Order: sequence, then structure tokens, then C-alpha cells
Amino acid sequence: MLGEFDPRLDGPAPTHSREALIERLKAVLPPDGLLTAREALRVYECDGLAAYRSLPGLVALPRQTGEIVALLKICRELKVPVVARGAGTGLSGGALPFPGCVLLSLSRLDKILELDPIARTARVQPGVRNLAVSEAAAPFGLFYAPDPSSQAACSIGGNVAENAGGVHCLKYGLTVNNIAAMQIVTLEGEVMELGGAALDAPGFDLMALMTGSEGLLAIVTEVTLRLLPDPEHARVLMACFADVAAAGTAVARIIAAGIVPAGLEMMDHLAMQAAEKYCAAGYPPKARAVLLCELDGEAKDVAAELKRIAEICRAAGAIKTRLSKDEAERQRIWAGRKGAFPAMGRMAPDYYCIDGTIPRGRLAEVLGDIAALSIEHGLPVANVFHAGDGNLHPLILYDARREGEIERAERLGAAILERCVAVGGTITGEHGVGREKINQMCVQFSRDELQAFADIKAAFDPDGLLNPGKAVPTLARCAEFGAMHVHRGGLKFAELDRL
Amino acid sequence: MPNSTGSETGALLAEVLEAARRRQGLVIRGAGSKSFYGRRTSGRVLEMRGHTGVIAYEPGEMVITARSGTSLAETEALLAAHGQRLAFEPPDFGQGGTIGGMVATGLSGPARPFAGAVRDSVLGARIMDGHGRILRFGGQVFKNVAGFDGFRLMAGAMGSLGILLDLSLRVSPIPPVERAVALEGPWSAARARLDTLLGLPLALSGAMHDGERLHLRLSGSERAVATAATRIGGEEAPLSLWQDLRHHRLPLFAAARLWRLSIPRTAEVEGLTGPRLIDWAGGQIWIDAAEPAEAVRAAARAAGGAATLFHGAVDGENAFEPLPIALMALHRRLKLALDPAWVFNRGRLYEGL
Repeated sequence: MLGEFDPRLDGPAPTHSREALIERLKAVLPPDGLLTAREALRVYECDGLAAYRSLPGLVALPRQTGEIVALLKICRELKVPVVARGAGTGLSGGALPFPGCVLLSLSRLDKILELDPIARTARVQPGVRNLAVSEAAAPFGLFYAPDPSSQAACSIGGNVAENAGGVHCLKYGLTVNNIAAMQIVTLEGEVMELGGAALDAPGFDLMALMTGSEGLLAIVTEVTLRLLPDPEHARVLMACFADVAAAGTAVARIIAAGIVPAGLEMMDHLAMQAAEKYCAAGYPPKARAVLLCELDGEAKDVAAELKRIAEICRAAGAIKTRLSKDEAERQRIWAGRKGAFPAMGRMAPDYYCIDGTIPRGRLAEVLGDIAALSIEHGLPVANVFHAGDGNLHPLILYDARREGEIERAERLGAAILERCVAVGGTITGEHGVGREKINQMCVQFSRDELQAFADIKAAFDPDGLLNPGKAVPTLARCAEFGAMHVHRGGLKFAELDRL
Repeated sequence: MPNSTGSETGALLAEVLEAARRRQGLVIRGAGSKSFYGRRTSGRVLEMRGHTGVIAYEPGEMVITARSGTSLAETEALLAAHGQRLAFEPPDFGQGGTIGGMVATGLSGPARPFAGAVRDSVLGARIMDGHGRILRFGGQVFKNVAGFDGFRLMAGAMGSLGILLDLSLRVSPIPPVERAVALEGPWSAARARLDTLLGLPLALSGAMHDGERLHLRLSGSERAVATAATRIGGEEAPLSLWQDLRHHRLPLFAAARLWRLSIPRTAEVEGLTGPRLIDWAGGQIWIDAAEPAEAVRAAARAAGGAATLFHGAVDGENAFEPLPIALMALHRRLKLALDPAWVFNRGRLYEGL
């Protein structure tokens, strides 16, 4: 079970004296900045992936960069692991505490430091909520483009750690494409400025390396975000299909036609049923897949392009198309998509959200494979996903109270991810590897590649103290995982000793 | 068809291992069309020009994967035949400039503020590092957060972290309509105008000031371009200017010592004299400065940016802005992580790197 850390596979357990650490940290943190009582630590035992739980040694809640500098210096000296946490909404267990660690919560660094409407940038602390940036920018006719579904709660620091995407990233890019600068603190306590207000900065692009590094390299203490002008107009087209393959074909044809939608989302039958019950979206009874395609821009252009897309959908076999006539209808159509996740709660007591990406041309094929795997493992799978960029979110429905179901769900999830890798995709499009997909990293990457990741990490963190047991597996872990797992017809880590 | 084989990669590997064993430098060379860029480096030349060929290109996926020695011109011709292009408009200095050199130098063209930089379009890279390891970073899909993004790190690293073998690049549709307009007036007036225009959702794809006129390029649908043109006014201008700007064919680029200043768009560079051209809506200044290097660098720093001696550096002279000590130390540790014997493009980016 990945909820537990194994010193042989994840790195050594810390040996410091907890009392001594508390004394040292008390001296550098504000009086209310350190939690040590067991009940207080409970709150931090998991992130959005609640199946995995583990108690931290203690929780630090700094308010200033200077306090983080002092904390990291102490942790480095005493060899204490540090796990950074933003809003705790991550879905891959990236903020799962390592036993005995200092859980570094950045939630109190929550200020928008500067918003410059002329430069179109916002300089923010890592604990600022994603949506708060667009809200602050709205009076100037600007917005911050990356919009993960959790945007009302998730923080910018977490977005940077995961390189978060969202519904609109097909057109506007991921977090890495929408940031200008960041301030980081290394484990040595060095404060560094990466990137800048100019469009490029000298040296290696460490800002890009930091983005998506899941708290393994350094702590992000400030981020400068790029803001975009609000589009003049946005409309959405809903197209219903009698089968998933036809919807997949429509996606490939829309993109091949040179259209870059602001969002292109798909739901399969099970997800539609859940959404229908939740918000009466009005899907026709014969529909087995629905496509939502949003365009933004000049009003007449949007109308003309959506007409073209509707034709592409009908040629691909759409049985019904509906175009939003006004903003209220656009919101109603999206409500079905946005409600799909919460609606799953009515379909099953628990669900497990998978996050693979595949080339768009393989959509229909992989959705068929997922259906077959779902039958094989005896658990239903609903699909709600970002079709435009091939980012799948199969939701495995299960009941944790039933003996063995959670393990079955994990195995089914792993099988789906391995299928994604096999068709040239990846095990994670936007949720991150975290703790959850650490074993699948051994499938996607070779021994040399994992060692290179470890070498890059060591350039920042030679003692392996930042977020151990996450994102990059040790070779020992892959050897053990590989012993059970045959890759491309042979053992991938056969040359390593089994532990 | 790709004409590079496993044995060719094998030959590269033998060269790298031998150089590492003897602690000798290797100079990675594509077409050599950008060999003027960066500090001078010496060592045995590793020719990449034979490592050519498109490995995969499916227009519907909006991704092309090709060997690093593939020429940029051929790549762009192939994309254009399918109505696609590289959004960041890399300069091509002729002589068969390669996509490997394009990524290694990380140079983007006039569309940079509107369409992103080279690194925004790199989706994956297969490299050979100084250990002789063949590493695949990233992949062919846009959304991919597995592993560190080593591929983006390669953009602008000047070949100092490894040999680029294959690259996967995100491509974009060619906009249906492009138009160029020009407005008379000094930079101060142009800047104020840009402050307003950039805050609106207009189909802008270029903003350059040549000292007398503000040149704007519009790209998009017919209607979006027409709307923008009406909003902007000015007079119609030839689009060819933008190609000349992109490929550095304007007279200023022939200067013996040409500086490139990358500064915040809203900042002003003070105290420098000499012919100049302001691109990237104010964010990039090309200048044939009369002042000595230290004064140029100081002026760029004062504006909150950095200066690069784009060409004309003498032996041993820094081309790029020196880094703060701690940041430079981190650069060295990263270099050693991937190139422990200090083999690749020694000192091309910085002395000691």
C-alpha cells in the first residue's frame, strides 16, 4: 500500500530528535506558526487523495520568506525531510507527509503583492488561491488563464508544483506557459530569483524546471503570473453522439481542421447519466457520448467557427448539436460537465480519478481498452476528460468498505496508465506523479532516465530531504516493482538486485 | 525517410565516452549558422548535420518529432504544406540551420510576446548526456507532468547539458489572414498606444518600432484582423518587413557588435546611444551601442532586464549576462549532474560551465 513509506524503497527515516527540532523551529517561527499536537497534525495527514494517509512530525506555518529560509537551514542541518503543502487539493498524494517530516504549509503566504494592469502581471505569494487572481484582475478586463477544476480552492504554489492545466489550457497553455518569474528558497537557504519581468532571463531556464517539480527541488515563495485580456465573447457547442468512437473521431477532425478551441471536453455515458441526474442537462436518450466545444474571440468569428464545428460533428455522426444562445445557456451546458465529478458521489461511495494523456488520434481505441479493462477488473469506469489535449480522467467507481475493492481500483488504475504509456502517452497529464503514480514512473522511464532525474534533484537537494518518496522513484523501488511487472517482454530493471 | 541509424547514435556514444575518458571538450555543431552566438568554445567538433529526418508528423496531433540535424527550412516547408508552422518564429540564418541549433540557442522571433518562446513549444527531447546515457524527457503530448521537464531546460542551454538527438515540437495552424500596418510617431507615443492595445483581445502578432514608425502585425481570421485594423488605424505596410525582422535581414543586424537587451516591456533603457530597433512591444531592444560592454549591461540591469552581446564578442568575452553567485553555483551543479567530465560546449554559455 502506497500510503505507507518503506525506508528501503523511499529513503531512510529521519533520526533527529523531535524535541530538539521543535526548540530550534520555535525560535524562527511566529508563536502560532508551529503545530505539534497529534490532533492538530491530523488535518494534514492527507491531501485530495484521501486514500493515502500519514502523520507528519510537525507542521510549520510561516508567514514570511525569511522564516522559510531559517526553517530550511535548520532542516538541512538536522537532516529532516520537508514536505511542502499548498491548499492540499492535489490528487496524487504529492503533499502526503513523510513520517517524521516537517510539513511546510504555505497557506499563510496568501497575499497578492502587486497587480500591474499595464504590464499585465500579478506578483503573488504561493498561498494565493488560483481563482482569487482572476477575481482581482477582472476589474481591469484581465484574467489568469490556467483554470484547474479545483481553482476555487487550489493555490498558485501548488499549481506551480504540479504545472496545473485546466479546461482552457489547449488554447492558453499550462502554468509553465503563463508565469514570468518566481522566487525560490533552496534547502541551503539561498533565495533566488528565476525568470523576470522581461520575456527571457539569462542562464538555464530553471523556472521551467521548477514548474511541475512537485516540491522536490526547492520551495517557491513568490510567483509572477501573466494575465491575458478577457476574450470579447465565448460560446459553447454541445454535440451528442451515439457512440464514443464517433465523438473521438470528431475531436481529431476538429483539431486537424486547424481550429484551436478554448476548451474541448468529453463525457461518456456513465458520466452523462450522473450529470443528468445532478443537473438535468438534457442529453438525448440514445446519446452515449457528449462533446463540449467552447470557442472565444470576436462574436461573428465564434459563430461562424462553431457552425463549422457543428458540421464536423454531424459528419462524424453526432445525433444532436446545440449551440449556447446566451451566457446563461453557456453556463447551463457547462454545469453538466462541472457537475460530473460531484455527481459521481451519487453513483458510488468512492471514486478514484486517473490522469493519463494520450495522442488524440488514439482516443477511440484507448476508450475501448478502458471499457474492456473495466469489465476485466469488475469495476465501472466513467470518463470525463479534456479531449482536446488527449488528457483522460477515467473515474473508477468503487466502495472502500468492500474487502479488496480499493486494491482492485488501484490495479485497474495502474493498468489504464500503462495502456496510456503503451500508445505513446504519459501517466500524468496534470495531477502529478506524487505518491500515487510512483510505481508507474518505472514503466514510463528507463533506469538511466530515473537516475538522471535523481542527479538533477541532487544538484538542488543532495541529501534528498525535499519531498522524499514522491515523483521520482528510487531504483530500488523500481527493482521491487519490476519483479512483479514485466515490461516490453522483459524485466526492465533485471540488472538490479532484488531487495 | 530518416537517415540516421542506431550505429550513428553508437558512433556519437563512442565519441562522448572517449572525450569523457580523456576529459576533452566536444563542440556540438549542426549547420554552424549560429556559431557566432555565445562565448567561444574549443574542442573536437561533433557533427550533427547527418542526424536528420522527420520521425513522426501527424498534423491532427499538432506535433512533429524530428532528428536534431533536420534543417529548420525543410521542417517549416513540411509544416506549411499542412497549413501549420512553428508559432515562435525562430530566426533562420540560412546555411541549413537545424532544429537542434534552434532549440539549443532558444531564439524566438517577433511573435514571441504573443505566441510564446521556443521552450513553450518543446514537448519532448531525446538527448545523450555526458555519462553516455540516452534520456527521453517529456514526450509527444502537450499535457505531461511525469518527471522533471528536462526538455524545456534544453532550450537556450547552448548545448551545455547534452547532445540533442530528437525533438518533439508543438506546431500551430497558420492563421488564415496576416496584415501589417505602420503608424508614424516616436517611441514614447507608440508605447502609450501599445499599453492600450495590448490590454484588448486584438489579433496582434507583432509590435516593433524602428525609430520613426510603430509597425504592427495582425494575424487571425479575416474578421478578427479587420476589427483590429479598424481599431488601430495607420497605413497598410508590406508583410515582408516581418520576415526581414525575424531572420535578421534588416541593416541594423549587420552591426559589428550587436547587443540584444531583454527588458520588461514597460521599462525604458537609459544612457545608451546608437542605432536601435525596439521589438516585442518594447521587451526586446537591438542596439549597436556606442558605449562599452559594462555600460550596456548596467543600463539593461537598471531597466530590470539583461543584455546579451548577440554577436561580435572577442575571445573570452561574456556574451550573456553574468549570474549571481548562488545561481551560478546551482548552474554548475546541474551541469555536472548531466556532464560530469565537462565535455559539452565548454564555456559557451558561461566560463566554467
